[in-house]
Amino acid sequence: MSPRTLRQQEGRAGLTLISPTLIITLVVVVLPLLWAIMLAFQDVRLINIRQVGLFGNYTLENFAYVVSEPGFWSSLVNTLIYTVAGTALSIAIGLVTALALRDRFRGRTIVRASILIPYVAPVVAVAFLWETMLNPQYGIVNTWLDEPVAFLSQAQGEFLGIQVPVALLTVIAFEAWRYFPFAFLFILARLQALPSELDEAAVVDGATPTQRFRYVIMPQLWRIIALLAVLRFVFTFTKFDDVYLLTGGGAGTEVVSVRVYNFLTARDDIGAAAAQSIVLAVFLVVFLIVYLKFFAGGEREQGR
Amino acid sequence: MSRAVEPTMSRDRFERGLLKVLRPVVIAFLFLITGFPFLYMVMLSVRDIQELILEPGSLWPRAFTLDTYENVLTRQGFLIFLKNSAIVSVASVLVTLLISIPGAYAVARLRFFGRRQVHFLFLAVYLFPAIVLAIPLFVFFTMIGLRGSLIGLVLVYIAQTVPVTVYMLRNYFETVPQSVEEAAAIDGCTRLSTIWRVVLPLSKPALMATGLYAFMIAWNEFLFALLFLVERRESWTVSLGLSQLAGSIEIPTTVLMAGSVVLTLPIVIVFFASERLLTEGLTAGAEKG
Repeated sequence: MSPRTLRQQEGRAGLTLISPTLIITLVVVVLPLLWAIMLAFQDVRLINIRQVGLFGNYTLENFAYVVSEPGFWSSLVNTLIYTVAGTALSIAIGLVTALALRDRFRGRTIVRASILIPYVAPVVAVAFLWETMLNPQYGIVNTWLDEPVAFLSQAQGEFLGIQVPVALLTVIAFEAWRYFPFAFLFILARLQALPSELDEAAVVDGATPTQRFRYVIMPQLWRIIALLAVLRFVFTFTKFDDVYLLTGGGAGTEVVSVRVYNFLTARDDIGAAAAQSIVLAVFLVVFLIVYLKFFAGGEREQGR
Repeated sequence: MSRAVEPTMSRDRFERGLLKVLRPVVIAFLFLITGFPFLYMVMLSVRDIQELILEPGSLWPRAFTLDTYENVLTRQGFLIFLKNSAIVSVASVLVTLLISIPGAYAVARLRFFGRRQVHFLFLAVYLFPAIVLAIPLFVFFTMIGLRGSLIGLVLVYIAQTVPVTVYMLRNYFETVPQSVEEAAAIDGCTRLSTIWRVVLPLSKPALMATGLYAFMIAWNEFLFALLFLVERRESWTVSLGLSQLAGSIEIPTTVLMAGSVVLTLPIVIVFFASERLLTEGLTAGAEKG
């Protein structure tokens, strides 16, 4: 046995200890991803899956098929609207919540606990709760309205004389309601870590509350809000559960991930489902690059 | 002087006054939109369906009943679903901790080849869309016959949580003073026994937070449970069970609401119980200096 240095021993121990993590990530994430890409270029269904080999016939047909299927572009637009609006609203409400709960008051603990429940509770339970509350026959929300509204099954409706996409707005509201606590937690942690000297100095200088918010607090929150925007955008863009459980993708709320699921289960078309999911991921990356470019430009201006 | 100051002073006073009124209004509104739906959930779960149909607007039931819970737990099979969810969640937590503790220790303390690149991998897994992985995993588990078994589901949950938990634990392990570990090493501890006897006892709050995270992911998860288990009712988790039964007309809404409470309550209890433990653990450490 050749003698090893301490440094070599350390390197070996490190690799040994990290290897279970790497192995499970490799087997359950990396390899499936590569396989998903391969499946997207093959004509695969569950029935013929065993005949499709590693070196089967590769084709672009799946991509041509999913992009030309009716409803693809509208589902992409829906996904984008749903994501942008859901992200923006959840962060905006989270910011207001963090500012309101920043200072102590009687009962803050219970209000804080109540605010965290939508985020902690299982999505299936809260989606069912919303469905029941918004039900046109016996939902409690509709007993408060003059005319019952089918919030989750009506694609278009009139509100103050304007045509609005009712169901899409409802799923966006759900998204904002469920994820504002996430933004709230991040922003509150940042707020409480801010040095108080700046704010105090601004008070001494006679700055009003809105001025302090605009010129003292906001510039210091900018980074965490940008991070939140990226995280929520990525998560919401590919989200499946919420829309599937609320509307099943009906009433003008079909998002791309629900289409992927339908290709996979209802049509049993693995190749098309894989292609659709790859298209979704590619669009996600494109939008993310556009956003980061746009945002990086904005931040430089802010710096000046 | 006074002329220049006067308008801002009044603006300042106006804004302060406005905020004084606005802040409680905002807080009350937030409390209402988050608390009310869950109050409604509980209230609906303890009444008969007839009441809901006759008086959909009433919050307080005329006659309380727990038959809804009995119905959902036994007749609808939620006891079995609860058992499945518990198995999946506890197994996920245990294996996640078992894998991520050594992993996090390695990243925090040991210099090895590829240590810096590991972070990138974790971030990628964290942000990676589940819907893309769902397809190959669905096909693979169908091929090897693991679809419908809970083991496949646990594997997927572990893979989704481990990168995050390694990251969480690493941050905490780095705060454990290296000198304590060196002392243990001088006393004759091997690396593993140092982790077991020194690092882990000092990291209880982080372990709680990590376990909680893994538990929440496993208990709440829906997409993979749907894809893997939907055809085998005896393997359904509570989430899957509720989502599948919610579509049927035969089961009264109030019974399903009882099911929602059964699904939500454990996670809320676990969350708030360990959140308190977590803060207690942190302050206890601070007292000792």
